[in-house]
Amino acid sequence: MGKFVIPVGPQHPALEEPESFSLMLEGERVAAANVTLGYNHRGIEKACESRTYIQDIYLLERICGICSHAHSTCYVQTVEDVAGLEVPKRALYIRSLIGELERVHSHLLWLGIAGHEIGFESLFMYSWKDREVVMDILELLTGNRVNYGMNTVGGVRRDITPEQAQDVLKALVILEEKTKYYIQLANEEVTLIDRLQGVGRLSKEDVLKYGATGPVMRAAGVSRDIRKDDPYAAYGELDFEVITDTHADVLGRTVVRVKELMESYKMIRQILKQMPDGPITVRAPKKIPAGEAVSRYEAPRGEDIHYLRSDGTDKPDRVKVRAPTLANLAAISNMLEGGYLADVPIVIAAIDPCFSCTDRAIKVVNASGGESMFDWEGLRRYSIDWYRKQGIDMKGTKLSRGED
Amino acid sequence: MGIALFDIIVFPGFIFLGILSLVAEFTDRKLNARLQNRVGPPWYQPLADFIKLSTKETIVPESASSRMFRALPLFALASASTAFLYIPIWSTTSLFPFSCDLIVVLYLLTVPTLTFFLAGWFSSSLYSEIGSIRTMTQLFAYEVPLYMALLGPAILADNWSISGIASYYYIHPLMALFNIPGLLVSLVAAQGKLERAPFDIPDAETEIVGGTFTEYNGRFLAFFRMSIDVELVVVATLIAAVFFPLFTPANAIVGFLIYLVKILFVIFLLAVLRTALARLRIEQMVSFCWRILAPLALLQVLIDLIVKGVLAH
Repeated sequence: MGKFVIPVGPQHPALEEPESFSLMLEGERVAAANVTLGYNHRGIEKACESRTYIQDIYLLERICGICSHAHSTCYVQTVEDVAGLEVPKRALYIRSLIGELERVHSHLLWLGIAGHEIGFESLFMYSWKDREVVMDILELLTGNRVNYGMNTVGGVRRDITPEQAQDVLKALVILEEKTKYYIQLANEEVTLIDRLQGVGRLSKEDVLKYGATGPVMRAAGVSRDIRKDDPYAAYGELDFEVITDTHADVLGRTVVRVKELMESYKMIRQILKQMPDGPITVRAPKKIPAGEAVSRYEAPRGEDIHYLRSDGTDKPDRVKVRAPTLANLAAISNMLEGGYLADVPIVIAAIDPCFSCTDRAIKVVNASGGESMFDWEGLRRYSIDWYRKQGIDMKGTKLSRGED
Repeated sequence: MGIALFDIIVFPGFIFLGILSLVAEFTDRKLNARLQNRVGPPWYQPLADFIKLSTKETIVPESASSRMFRALPLFALASASTAFLYIPIWSTTSLFPFSCDLIVVLYLLTVPTLTFFLAGWFSSSLYSEIGSIRTMTQLFAYEVPLYMALLGPAILADNWSISGIASYYYIHPLMALFNIPGLLVSLVAAQGKLERAPFDIPDAETEIVGGTFTEYNGRFLAFFRMSIDVELVVVATLIAAVFFPLFTPANAIVGFLIYLVKILFVIFLLAVLRTALARLRIEQMVSFCWRILAPLALLQVLIDLIVKGVLAH
């Protein structure tokens, strides 16, 4: 068989969200890989500009169904920064607590997905069953399994009672025991190691060149973690290690994630022990003074960056989100090329992709070939023309944003 | 003639085999589910799946060869079912034994795999073509160890008919202990034959969607799934007949129960294998079959030759 191109996506069983990978195959080998973004743009950043700061917390929390707390925390940090608010210690500890529980559920979810991608359904079933333990704890503490709604500008919305803390500690015992089993699995199970070792390699140099982040970066031996390097919430007062690995492949990423679970349990114990008493929120003004701020957050998938520009009203002037997947996607062609077709799903899954968090544009691809990009003005003009053709009167609407 | 027709169509032929294959699929799925901490399907699920698939609209791709596309599932089902007629069930003789029927059964079991290859090839879709190539590559890897593992017991029994092998080990049950390496090899190779984890490479869902069956739907897919179930029963029966010499030719009812226990045990072993392992890559599979399985199967042949030589003196 000669070279031929096989599409993986936008709709494909290996992908949880639509994204297009087109692979040039030579037999079972991947000769070239091409990634096309832009199937999932939801316009959240733009929508933020027409909502108040408080409403935006809940909108931005819905960027990602898995690391929702990451996005909302990252956003409120920018607002608090611009407004100059001093957040109470207890609130910071609760933010860290939810953040770590979220990391636990995200990493366990990833482990299951990884099992599914390499045809190891039992691992999928086991880790998702164990994940229910932490999901129950999150529901107990916040009232929700995902999209916790814990953050508000100036603090958090719910306190942790001593009884709840006891329940968390009880759940940790179960989770720790299960996680030790997974660490053993990653070190001993033969078919698992055979499928993961040497797959999707990304050397330390390449990690730095492509700007990969999170477990992908740490698996190549780069010890960077926002929690350590630029501590936010309560992380400055916690004692933990940044897990790194030298494999620089999918096995390394698995090991890093599983070991990070153990660090998370350690941190949760410290948080519950050290959490000071006191208020959980300060009063925040409705109108945020003009200014701008950037905030960084170590999400389960890597570094999450939010930028905020305010203009003195109760609505932000600009919100910009850089989800960790965007940083990791740049390296994916490099990881896929030269590998096997059979490894494509696990290599893509190993960056723990979250495509809908990443997309910032719509790319219109014509079925007969050719593609075109819409910018904001173009999209607006297109929609006005379209409605005009439907016979809807658009007289009151002006074309560009500056004119309204 | 009338009795032979009854044998072929009703018992232990086609209808019985159909029911048994549904039971086998249920057992396999339920065991798999329980081993994975899941509840698993209710007992009628395989039948419900079959009926539902059969009533669905069938769509044949425009670019596919329509005649082949429709005929191949029937070929697969027919050849797998035919193989069953030559394997002893409760007594030591099968329905229509003849000399060297072991070879015929093995070739009849290869036919479904060939139809999977052709089905994928004639559906003319990228995913199914890759699946087809993988089916063939895999066939060349597991076929040799599987054949050799089954030929070892035949050499020791000095008989190339499955009924002959069964009668030999029925008379000398302890001789079956020499065939344990062959049993292990054939269990693992059977996973390749049946395209189950860790060798479910030809229809690896996350890589090539539905593999060879990507374009199949409706009753043609139902027939293919049925033939895979029948294959499971036939392979389990074959392994049970060759490696587990427990027969009661005098009492058909007890013999039949023993037969059920034997094949359910084989299906249990196959289910554990499929639960405990991750899917391998095709090149890992091929190298595993040639580097580990084939030498082990050769060892089995060697053991049987030596034992036979010692016994002759």
